[in-house]
Amino acid sequence: MTKLNALWDLVVVGGGNAALCAAIEAAELGASVVILEGAPRDYRGGNSRHTRNFRCMHQGPLSVLTDIYEEEEYFDDLLRVTKGETDEHLARLAIRTSESCLPWMEKQGVRFQPSLSGTLSLSRTNAFFLGGGKALVNAYYNRAADLGVTVIYEAQVTHVDIQDSVFSGVTCDIAGVTQLIEGKSVVLASGGFQADLEWLARAWGPAAKNFLIRGTPYNRGVVLKDMIDQGAETVGDPTQCHAVAIDGRAPKYDGGIVTRLDCVPFSIVVNRDGQRFYDEGEDVWPKRYAIWGRLVAAQPDQVAYSIIDTKSIDAFMPSVFPPIQADTIEGLGQKLGISGTVLKSTVEAFNAACQEGMFHGNELDGLTTKGLTPSKTNWARPITQAPFYGYELRPGVTFTYLGLKVDETARVTGAGGRMKNVWAAGEIMAGSILGQGYLAGFGMTIGTVFGRIAGKEAAAHVL
Amino acid sequence: MSYEIPILPKSNTLAEARRQVEICNACRYCEGYCAVFPAITRQRAFADGDLTQLANLCHNCQGCYHACQYTAPHEFALNLPGILADVRQESWDEYAWPQAFAGRFQRRGTPIALALVVGLALLFALVTALPATDGLGFYAFVSHSLMIAIFAPAFLAPMVAIGVGLRRYWCAVGGQPIRFAHLRHAVSAVATMRNLGGGQGQGCNFEDGDRFSNKRRIAHQLVMYGFLLCFAATSSATLMHYLLDIQAPYEIFSLPKLLGLTGGLMMSVGALWLVMLKRRADRKLGSVRAWGGEMAFVLLLGLTGFTGLWLYAATGTPLVAPLLALHLGAVLTFFLITPYSKMVHGFYRLAALVRDAQSIT
Ligand SMILES: Cc1cc2nc3c(=O)[nH]c(=O)nc-3n(C[C@H](O)[C@H](O)[C@H](O)COP(=O)(O)OP(=O)(O)OC[C@H]3O[C@@H](n4cnc5c(N)ncnc54)[C@H](O)[C@@H]3O)c2cc1C
Ligand code: SF4
Ligand code: SF4
Repeated sequence: MTKLNALWDLVVVGGGNAALCAAIEAAELGASVVILEGAPRDYRGGNSRHTRNFRCMHQGPLSVLTDIYEEEEYFDDLLRVTKGETDEHLARLAIRTSESCLPWMEKQGVRFQPSLSGTLSLSRTNAFFLGGGKALVNAYYNRAADLGVTVIYEAQVTHVDIQDSVFSGVTCDIAGVTQLIEGKSVVLASGGFQADLEWLARAWGPAAKNFLIRGTPYNRGVVLKDMIDQGAETVGDPTQCHAVAIDGRAPKYDGGIVTRLDCVPFSIVVNRDGQRFYDEGEDVWPKRYAIWGRLVAAQPDQVAYSIIDTKSIDAFMPSVFPPIQADTIEGLGQKLGISGTVLKSTVEAFNAACQEGMFHGNELDGLTTKGLTPSKTNWARPITQAPFYGYELRPGVTFTYLGLKVDETARVTGAGGRMKNVWAAGEIMAGSILGQGYLAGFGMTIGTVFGRIAGKEAAAHVL
Repeated sequence: MSYEIPILPKSNTLAEARRQVEICNACRYCEGYCAVFPAITRQRAFADGDLTQLANLCHNCQGCYHACQYTAPHEFALNLPGILADVRQESWDEYAWPQAFAGRFQRRGTPIALALVVGLALLFALVTALPATDGLGFYAFVSHSLMIAIFAPAFLAPMVAIGVGLRRYWCAVGGQPIRFAHLRHAVSAVATMRNLGGGQGQGCNFEDGDRFSNKRRIAHQLVMYGFLLCFAATSSATLMHYLLDIQAPYEIFSLPKLLGLTGGLMMSVGALWLVMLKRRADRKLGSVRAWGGEMAFVLLLGLTGFTGLWLYAATGTPLVAPLLALHLGAVLTFFLITPYSKMVHGFYRLAALVRDAQSIT
C-alpha cells in the first residue's frame, strides 16, 4: 500500500479495454502507471469482458479477416446507423487507425478466431476474440503486469481533482477506505452510466427502472458526472441509451450476450394485453435487433412476448433459457401470464392474414400478411403447429450515449479550453463518434484506438 | 422438435452439465479452443449420452473457464472444465466392468497405495521365496515362464474389462461403424494433444492462472510416449524371445534396452513434472473428488518408470532383487488397476475423438 503514496506518471481510471490499452501504451514508453478498477478482480474488465469482436478496417486479408473493408465503406456503415450523428474527423481517425490496432493487439497477447458459427455475416468486417472479451481482458492484464503496471481492484474513484484545467489526483474508495492518489496525468476510461438506474430514470422516465442492464453493474457514471459537474464539455444525447430486446428472465445486471433472443423475425410479438404492435419481419434480425429494445420499452410494463410454433423453433440461435412451452395457444398465454383468449384471437387474426409462399429463414422472403395492422412483411407463417413456444422480452441496455468531448488526441475539454493533462477513452467519450445507433464491434474499436492514443499522449506529456 | 429432454437425468451432475452446456450453446465465445464447442453447436438439446460424449472429449485445458464472463460469483456460475470432469468420472464408473471395481481407484490415493503395497509384497515374496533359477539377469530371480504366467493375465484381463467398458460407452454415445478416416483423425489429435493446444498452439491454462503454456501438454506427452516406448520395449523383447530365440538380458544397444531406457526416462520426468504442475493448478477446475486418485496414479506411473531405470543402473549389485520386486510390483499394480483408475481416460478419450470424427465427417 505504501506504493500508492507515490506520485504516478499516469493514473488510469477504470479497468476495461480502453483503460488497459492506455496503461499498456504508457508503460511501454516507460511511465509509472496505476490502474484503478472499481470492480473486484472476478468482475474486472467492465463491459469489455462481455464483447466478442471489434470492427476493423483492412485493405487486404488481415489475420482472421477476409477480403477487404475500406475506409469509405466503414464510414458509410457508420453514417447509416448514426444518421449523421458523428464527428467525421474523429470517426475517420478511429476507422483508419483500427487497421494497425489488430497486429498491435496480437502483439499484446490477444488472439483472434474466425467468426463464430451463426455470425458469418460479420466475417469480413469484425475480428472475433478467441474466447471472447474476457480472454482479451486477461491478456491485457497479463501484459500490463509484465510491464510493471500496478492494478488496484475495488478502487472506486469518486472525484477527479482538477484546478485550472490541471489534474493533480483522484479521490478513491479502496475497499471502503478513502484515499487520495496523486498523478501527473490521468486517463478516464470508466465507461458510461447505464448501471445507474436512477440516472436512467431521470433521463428516460420511471419506466427505466424495469430495464435490464446487459453489462457490468459497476459503470455508474460516477466519474462522468463528477467531470460534468466540474464543467467538462459533453457530447451525445443525455436522454438516450442503446437497448435491445432480451430474454425477460435475464439477471438484472451482467446477463451479457447469452440473453439475446433471435426469434423475433420468425414470431409474432404481443404486449401484456396480447396485442401486436410492430412489424416483426421488417428486416433481417442483425439490422433490426437494436430497435426492439425501444419498442418493448414503450409497451405497458416494458414487457412483450414472442410467440412461435414448432416450425420455427430451430430457425434461430438457441436461447439461454428454454422457451415456455404449451400444447395450445391459450395454455401458452396462461403460462406466460397474459390472457389466453386474447392471445388466441391475435394469433388467429394473424394466421388468417398469412399468404401462401416459400419461407426462407436467411433472407427477406417477402412472405407477408394481407390486411393486418401492423402487417408482418417477411417470414409470416401461420402459427399452427403444436407445441407452441413463448419468450418474454424486456429491454436490455447496452450503453449510454452521453460522454465527454475529446479532440483527436483524446484530450478532454473543460470550461477553460483543452485540459492540460486529462484524457478520456472508451465508452466515456464514445458519444463523440457514435451519437446514435450502433455499429457492431465499433465500441471496442473506439476504446482501443483512443485508449492507445490517450496512453501515448499522457506518457509523452509526462516523460 | 420438442424441448423436453427425452431421457431423465441420471444424476445431478448430468443436470448441472446440461445447464452449463446450454448456456455455452447460446454464447459460443469459446468455439476456437477445442473440439467440445463445435460439437455443442451441432446440437440444440443434450441427452445424457451427448453430455457423456462431450465430457470425454474435453481435455480439461481450462481455457473456457478463464475466458468465461459467467464464472462464480456470477449467478450463472459456469465452470465447464469442472463439471465435465465430474461427468467424465461418473461415466467411467458407470461403464466399468465388473461393476464391483467401479471407481475403486479413481478418486482417492489410498486404495492405489494399498494396491501397490499388495503388488509389491507379492513380488517380494516371489523373488525371495523362490530358489534362484538358472536364468540370466532378472530371470535369475524370477523365471521367464513364471513372469509370463503372472503378467500375461495381468495384462489381458484388464484389456478385456476395458473393452467391455468401451462397448458400453460406444452404445451410450450412439457410435457408428468405425472407418479408417475416423481413426486417423483421432490418433492425430492424440499424437499432438491437439485439444490441450488452446486452438492455436498457445497451450492450456493450468499451473499459472489465466496464462497459457504448453508445459502440461509436453509433460503429458512425455509420459504418454514414454509409456508407449516402454510398451514397445516389452513387445520387442517378447518377439525376440519367441521368434528370434534371443534371450534377455539384452545389450544396451538392443531394441528393448534403447526403447525401455528412453521410455522409462521420459515417463519418470514427465510424471514428476505433471505432479509439480498439478500441485500449482486450481483443483476446482478438475474433478475435485478425484484429485487424490489422479495424483496417486501419476505418482504410480512415475514410480514405474523410475524403478525401471534404477533397476538398470543397479545391474550387478545386491539391489537388483529388491528393485526387481519393486519395479515388477509397480507394473503389476498399474496393469491391474488400469480399468478402474485415471489410466482409463486414455481409452475413453480416444473413443470420444473417434466418435467426434464421425459427426464431423
Ligand atoms: C453484452 C454486451 C456485448 C457487447 N459486445 C460488443 C462487441 O462484441 N464489440 C464491441 O465493440 N462492443 C461490444 N459491446 C460494447 C462494449 O462493451 C463497450 O463499447 C466497451 O467495452 C467499452 O470499453 P470501456 O473500456 O470504455 O468500458 P468498460 O469495459 O465498461 O470499462 C469500464 C471500467 O471502468 C470501471 N469503473 C466504472 N466506474 C468506475 C469508478 N468510479 N472508479 C473506478 N473504476 C470504475 C469499471 O469497473 C470497468 O472496469 C458490448 C456491450 C455489452 C453490454
Ligand atoms: S464457457 Fe462461458 S464464455 Fe465460453 S462459451 Fe461457455 S458461456 Fe461462453
Ligand atoms: S476445458 Fe478446454 S477442452 Fe474442455 S471444454 Fe473447456 S476449452 Fe474445451
